[in-house]
Amino acid sequence: MQKPRIRWHIAVFLAPAVLVYTAVMIFPLFNTLRLSLFSKVDQERVYVGLQNFQTLFGDPVWSEQFWNALGNNFWFFLIHMLVQNPIGIALAAILSHPRLRFAALYRSAIFIPTILSFVIVGFAWKLILSPIWGIAPGMLDAVGLKSLFAPWLGKEEYALTTLALISVWQFVGIPMMLIYAALLSIPEEVLEAGEIDGITGMSAFWKIKLPLILPSIGIISILTFVGNFNAFDLIYAAQGALAGPDFSTDILGTFMYRTFFGFQLQLGDPHMGSAIAGAMFAIILVGVCIYLFGIQTRMRRYQL
Amino acid sequence: MNKARTNPLNTAAMHGALILYTLIALFPVFVILINSFKTRKAIFREPLAMPDADSFSLIGYQTVMKQGDFFLYFQNSMIVTVASLFFVLLFGAMAAFALSEYRFKGNMLMGLYLALGIMIPIRIGTVAILEMMVATGLVNSLWALILVYTAQGLPLAVFILSEFMRQVSDDLKNAGRIDGLSEYTIFFKLVLPLVRPAMATVAVFNMIPIWNDLWFPLILAPSEEVKTLTLGSQVFIGQFVTDWNAVLSALSMAILPVLALYVIFSRQLIRGITSGAVK
Repeated sequence: MQKPRIRWHIAVFLAPAVLVYTAVMIFPLFNTLRLSLFSKVDQERVYVGLQNFQTLFGDPVWSEQFWNALGNNFWFFLIHMLVQNPIGIALAAILSHPRLRFAALYRSAIFIPTILSFVIVGFAWKLILSPIWGIAPGMLDAVGLKSLFAPWLGKEEYALTTLALISVWQFVGIPMMLIYAALLSIPEEVLEAGEIDGITGMSAFWKIKLPLILPSIGIISILTFVGNFNAFDLIYAAQGALAGPDFSTDILGTFMYRTFFGFQLQLGDPHMGSAIAGAMFAIILVGVCIYLFGIQTRMRRYQL
Repeated sequence: MNKARTNPLNTAAMHGALILYTLIALFPVFVILINSFKTRKAIFREPLAMPDADSFSLIGYQTVMKQGDFFLYFQNSMIVTVASLFFVLLFGAMAAFALSEYRFKGNMLMGLYLALGIMIPIRIGTVAILEMMVATGLVNSLWALILVYTAQGLPLAVFILSEFMRQVSDDLKNAGRIDGLSEYTIFFKLVLPLVRPAMATVAVFNMIPIWNDLWFPLILAPSEEVKTLTLGSQVFIGQFVTDWNAVLSALSMAILPVLALYVIFSRQLIRGITSGAVK
């Protein structure tokens, strides 16, 4: 047995990634959580314990904004789960059909919105839905539904839903692709065996394919959750940091940005911003844990 | 293939559904592009018509070119994206090689530690990142963005690349060792070329979010000379809210680079997703 020697090359291979990752991601993450326990008093940073969180949840001015943002965020997430993922699954189911012509073309075209930046998406839809330019009202008029038109992005009751749907439009390509990949990996024999038992078409989808792709649907759900709870860009690009009208489209990301960076008359407060980041961290952590321990371990995986 | 699964009526319905959704997906992009080439009057009169000899105009593009620093923004975005991708791939591949090739104490733990970042968004740490960048004087420099995007991209890169590196044949590496190659040579000369397809997948996955990010440029590098294209067009479009020609042209100019990248890399992207690299 040779005496174990230090294998320096392992350290050399690992060092750059671990250093950058630790210094720029993990350390700031914990430092942010630490900063949320401090506050600025007379230009000095002082330790205040959980006081920032007390303000966030206890002070009506803050807590109202926080719960509003959180509630909006949940609605935003719910729309993604109810609209984006079913549409994505449906498109993937159609695309994965054997011998469908032009499948690659459809796939590439439907994925295009996903590659566009939020700035483009936000402005493009703002223009289309704008009552001034009026592509949307004009088109509704053409099918005789002009009365249905409203300035959706400008009305408190519709704005958030409209933005969520725009975001769905943009990101439907992601669940589509992931489910598509999962569907392609189902072996032909399984489907043929079903066919012999008389299970074809729609019932083949519900009874054979869907149970097999459930793990992928789980992954998509958690990706959607994490993505939605740190979303910011689209709201900022379309409605600005104030998330108008009257904060009706405010979500945690915009709330944190406003608090931390300041806007108009309010001064930025990094410590309150850290407290909100802490709350976001907790929410995302809870979601990820529910997925990892509650859903993923219980999901039945089939050996294919 | 059985006939039961291909009935002409079904096929028509499937194409119908796909065409409908493709139209929904492409319509906004199409509207922006065609209207950017029209005169102001034509934009308002017939927003859905193609530009013709009568309504064709490049006035919007001229305004944008005159006022903005589009090329500077473009260059900044390019530098940030390319440099971040380079570091993500190099560092990610090195770490993935260490994790997949060698058995050492803490291997598993290191893998888990690096994988943490797949689920936890880096944005949560923004406050401290900004403080750190201010303290080190990197704020308002492209390096700030490059560092952040490198850190952001590493977890998934390590994860995907180590999956692929496990598939590289041991015999090949051992043959190299017998020939007296150092571990570094084995990595750079033998393993890296073999995982090139996986590297391309990682690159494409990382490229789009980096190019399109608005949050970090807004917070870490908002000054004029280091603005990225995404942030630049955000501010820029804001200035022209009433000049519809300029807004539409600016949007088109922001769409085109990404669209070009997509056309170049879309096969790689789709192959990467469907090969199961992210499952």
